[in-house]
Amino acid sequence: MTKLTFKRAFRDSLPIMAGYLALGIGFGVLLQRAGYSFLWAILMSCTMFAGSGQYAGVDFLSSGASILTAAFMTLIINARHFFYGFSLLDKYKGTGLVKPYLIFGLTDETYSVVCSAELDDTINRKQYYFFLTALDHLYWITGCVLGAVIGELLPFSMEGVGYSMTALFVVILVEQWLSSKNHLPAILGIVTTAVCLLIFGSDYFIIPAMALISLELVLFRKKLDKTDQSEVSGND
Amino acid sequence: MTEPWRSLALVAVMAAVTALTRFLPFIAFPEGRKRPKVITYLGKVLPCAVIGMLVVYCFKDVSFLKYPHGIPELLAAALVAGLHILRRNTLLSVFGGVAFYMLLVQFIFK
Repeated sequence: MTKLTFKRAFRDSLPIMAGYLALGIGFGVLLQRAGYSFLWAILMSCTMFAGSGQYAGVDFLSSGASILTAAFMTLIINARHFFYGFSLLDKYKGTGLVKPYLIFGLTDETYSVVCSAELDDTINRKQYYFFLTALDHLYWITGCVLGAVIGELLPFSMEGVGYSMTALFVVILVEQWLSSKNHLPAILGIVTTAVCLLIFGSDYFIIPAMALISLELVLFRKKLDKTDQSEVSGND
Repeated sequence: MTEPWRSLALVAVMAAVTALTRFLPFIAFPEGRKRPKVITYLGKVLPCAVIGMLVVYCFKDVSFLKYPHGIPELLAAALVAGLHILRRNTLLSVFGGVAFYMLLVQFIFK
């Protein structure tokens, strides 16, 4: 069972592997150019494990930003993670010792795969979540370190590999769209975020978008709770 | 480059804040305690809304007013969606889309 579970986790992690290696290498190159060795790449990728957070982190480090600025900006950039736990309260229940690690490693990509993966009884869920999180973390650390060590020497252009993250989210969106009867949550998510992006700009749109999406979902609760009980999140 | 101890403090703070954003829901609603129905409801409907949010999030740094006007991103997204509707094979859709996107940005929309 463990072997089968690992295989499945590995297969599901492949799209993430490409993206994390590419984005990690991009981060490593930036960090090295800012004057930090690969040891800092290891430290940051191990302890933060956040793409956009770490990219912004390079700026804070090289500009010598204040602790308060770094804390506040990191909060704004990573606030979207706050949403993820709400849909995993039940899925991650009873995962025991590995639970803190699962929560620590809750990136956009891991979250979206955990939410959309349909696991049957041949798969050990607790192990699956752990393998997926740990594999993703490993790809990320590898990418960041590679970038810091040999990033500028790569013989081919990596431009565009990071698009695998966008592609993965589009795939999951399509998958959820095809398997759910009510498309209102997806539409609200897309339209609200797009409108907030236009109004607040790319640095500050996520928190207003999250607040509005929650509000809208609560307002539409009567309608959504009735029509959409079975499938939405692939709940068991 | 900032002094090492200061850099260390910055990394520690950024790591702590990032972890906080991920741990908060689990701290607020610990296992075994009853939680409001509205939270359970949100947990159920949020994934679809959040994936929509993340797709838009990926487009946040694309500038539609300047060349190439987000055309490579949109074309590749359309290909990914189309491929996925036809074949429902995640790896094929993702890697097909990435290969197409790399072709577009490296050779066509330079």
